[in-house]
Amino acid sequence: MKFNNKKIIRYLVPAFLVILYVAFSGFNALAQQHHTDTVTHQSINANEQESGAINVQVHGEADPEEDVPVAPGHKEGKIDAGKLIMEHIGDAHDWHIWTYKNEHLSIPLPVIIKDHSGIKMFSSSRFHHGHATYEGYKLEKNKLVAVNGDGSINSNADFYDLSITKNVMSMFISVLILCWIMLTVARQCAGNKGRAPRGFANIVEQLVLFVRDEVAKPSIGPKYAKFLPYLLTIFFFIFINNLFGLIPFFPGGANVTGNIAITMVLAVITFIITTVNGNKNYWGHILLPPGVPKALWILLIPIEIIGMFNKPIVLMIRLFANITAGHIIILGFFSLIFIFGSMSPYLGYGVSVVSVAFTVFMNFIELLVAFLQAYVFTLLSALYFGTAVEEHHTAEHH
Amino acid sequence: MELVKPGIGLIFWMTITFGIVFFILSKFAWKPILNAIREREDSINSALNSAEEARVQMAALKSDNEKLLNQARAVRDQMLKEANEIKESIIAQAKKSADEEGRKIIAKASESIEAAKLNAMNQLKTQVAVLSVDLAEKILRKKMEDRTQQEAFVNENLKSISLN
Repeated sequence: MKFNNKKIIRYLVPAFLVILYVAFSGFNALAQQHHTDTVTHQSINANEQESGAINVQVHGEADPEEDVPVAPGHKEGKIDAGKLIMEHIGDAHDWHIWTYKNEHLSIPLPVIIKDHSGIKMFSSSRFHHGHATYEGYKLEKNKLVAVNGDGSINSNADFYDLSITKNVMSMFISVLILCWIMLTVARQCAGNKGRAPRGFANIVEQLVLFVRDEVAKPSIGPKYAKFLPYLLTIFFFIFINNLFGLIPFFPGGANVTGNIAITMVLAVITFIITTVNGNKNYWGHILLPPGVPKALWILLIPIEIIGMFNKPIVLMIRLFANITAGHIIILGFFSLIFIFGSMSPYLGYGVSVVSVAFTVFMNFIELLVAFLQAYVFTLLSALYFGTAVEEHHTAEHH
Repeated sequence: MELVKPGIGLIFWMTITFGIVFFILSKFAWKPILNAIREREDSINSALNSAEEARVQMAALKSDNEKLLNQARAVRDQMLKEANEIKESIIAQAKKSADEEGRKIIAKASESIEAAKLNAMNQLKTQVAVLSVDLAEKILRKKMEDRTQQEAFVNENLKSISLN
């Protein structure tokens, strides 16, 4: 009997987790519906994003510019969960550290603009958190826009915003740490030839072996060695950025792998490698689908070509959506505290217990997701490389 | 919708960063790490192979030993057998020669006994002859004290001697 019970529990627990996950995803949609609602809130101003300061300067509510309507989610006594969440998962031109009693501490980040007059570079503190215009540009909802002489937004202006934003900065930090870890491990490996790895090198080697033996070898086949450096790089890049995204404060807190630009670049590189390495068999499969009547080619060839582009798009969206959804759920729980807190502070305290419990739980799931999504991205990239270099036709790769 | 619009700045920095990271890690991290892993795997494999070889060699050695032992045992048996045979033959020979010797000694002894007997007999004979002659002489001396008697005796003896 005991054995049976254990067995049931083993199936019940994942099922329960899945149900919870679905329920929370539903909530996340709900949170977005709140987008336009403004809920009064007494003392806690949870908005972190668009605060910022001039050179890590602290500024209080006495600032006369505080009432400028650019930051509605930020106004004293108001909370807008949808806006708050969107700002958190989006990008920003400064890096918020904390808010205490309506005083915001944040690191301004460099703004780099390339337009017809050349490259402009200045600190984002010049914008005074979206309150000021500088060199014909200003921040509108954390996005850089060009303005006309009279202060209205010029949506036709031709410029590139190459600023070191919060995501870029976070990525820099995480890749620096990644490089540091990997180079340390590499040095340790070199000084420890033929012996068992020790300490941190052990973990890294396990992951490297995992990528090599569980991802690259079975998916690509004998030619795996050529793609291994890329697969390892994307695996660790995604993994470390996912983990940094889970850290709620500096140097984490950014949503790097949950940003579609990042996942797009990764997916495009995978697509380019797949296309460049595609052999006769791969292209033959797309342009002259074997094993079907020629009459069907008119139908199949467009499908195959769409499929070719579809693969990287799916890669891009999967990673982006998974990581962003996780962030939204966690932020949603925290917003709940403030939404209920705005009704009654005691309700807020009550809800906070539940919210924190659920957030802890979600964070564990997110840890799993951080690994899982890095693994899935790497595995699918490896599978695409595998189809590109495959020599003999097999039925399951289509 | 802002969420799904990739920003040009992020794409730009991501491409550069990822390119640099890819380059650095491929050259300075993955290569040594993968090499180290491969080397370790090779060394483990070769160690396992050599262990296997050693095992086979040990088995071969063991069977060799067995063979040698068997040979030695056979040789020992052979030697024992031969030694036994030699012993037997030596004993037999010794017995034979002892017998012969004994017989010879006995023969010699009996010969010498015979000779001694003969000698003794001869001596006895001579002694008896001397004694009988002496006795006869004494008797004769006694008997022949008177003349008549001597004559009678001579005559009698002369009568018994036939001259043929």
